[in-house]
Amino acid sequence: MDYRVRLEVFEGPLDSLLHLIKKNELDIFNIPIAQITADYLNYIKLFRRLNLDFAGEFLVIASTLIHIKSRMLLPSIETPEEEELEDPRAELAAKLMEYQKFKEAANILKERETIQRDIYGRLPMIPQDEDYTIEASLFDLLDAFQKLVLRAEKEVREIIQEDLRVEDRISEILNLLENKRFINFETIFSGQRTKRLLIVTFLALLELIRLRMVFARQAKPFGDIRIYRAKQELVAQG
Amino acid sequence: MEIKELKDIIECLLFFSDKPLGIDKLAKIIEINNCDQVEEAVEELKKEYEMRNSGLQVLNIAQGYQICTRSEFSSWVGKLYKSQTTFKLSLPALETLSIIAYKQPITRGEIEKIRGVDASCVLRTLLEKRLIRISGRKKVPGRPILYGTTQEFLRYFGLRDLSEIPSLEEIKPPVSG
Repeated sequence: MDYRVRLEVFEGPLDSLLHLIKKNELDIFNIPIAQITADYLNYIKLFRRLNLDFAGEFLVIASTLIHIKSRMLLPSIETPEEEELEDPRAELAAKLMEYQKFKEAANILKERETIQRDIYGRLPMIPQDEDYTIEASLFDLLDAFQKLVLRAEKEVREIIQEDLRVEDRISEILNLLENKRFINFETIFSGQRTKRLLIVTFLALLELIRLRMVFARQAKPFGDIRIYRAKQELVAQG
Repeated sequence: MEIKELKDIIECLLFFSDKPLGIDKLAKIIEINNCDQVEEAVEELKKEYEMRNSGLQVLNIAQGYQICTRSEFSSWVGKLYKSQTTFKLSLPALETLSIIAYKQPITRGEIEKIRGVDASCVLRTLLEKRLIRISGRKKVPGRPILYGTTQEFLRYFGLRDLSEIPSLEEIKPPVSG
């Protein structure tokens, strides 16, 4: 099996570049581009040799460095006055300066986090019904459904003629909700083992949501989903 | 209403609430129109807690007030609630949060431009922790999602409001070399 280590030493390509600049005590606004480019490429070679899984972003910075280097080496075609004004390193320097500030701001937050972690307030109580106020989006439903399908995949395959009508599943879901205010998303699919059946049930649920006969709600983003029955009068009107 | 009674009511509310309560909210519950009076009472209560020098304190965080334990006793509380102590933000998460805090509302692309790394994973974690929220969509082609910080962000870092973090101009990068 391929063994890979996610690079944790640096938070990103800009971070590693900053490290190089600091290590060599260089001025951000006057980077000796040839030296830095060589050092940076050496880093990438080292990552490779260690079989570290580095992101493509590192290559972006490397190519930026090489690009700057070539611009500084080649004679300019443009008029000399124009060219003199602009240092090809300026953009990178500005980017590094900005990034450095946010890095420092992150440190300030980290200090505050450490202090605040030792201070406790009352814990939130167990979510109440009233906390399920967020309307679950289609994507939330798809995420939840995908989990169920993945679980179903391992099941034994059997050839059974299934009852696969969406209309039937709709009435079954409504039956489940009889005398209840809500049921959990998973409950609707409980006992359903084949993918085809799961899909038909899911379509039935989407149809019910579209008809506004049920509502899918969450207590918090990405939280579990509850299916609420619409109030009687609403159903009657629809 | 006498200030003593007002303070006692506020103390009850702050004790029972699991999140910071703002002056407006307190005034609404107590049915007092004069917000200054409420603020005066809360501040007095806060001072009393400081004078009393007990295990609790009244904190002014996330644009509100909350009764919290004092940090000196964290090890004891930690023994009671282990789960609360384990979670800590990673450096990429902190960097991303600081960018959002200063530049909000901001899109994912803009964050990635500053950090030079993909931000989708970190953003999802921060959304789950409710430290950031989707504040809208930018009116440019593709209508990308805009992110901003939340009340929970202020509470998590013990900030009264966003003005409590130093401005970007104030932040001096560490002297290199």
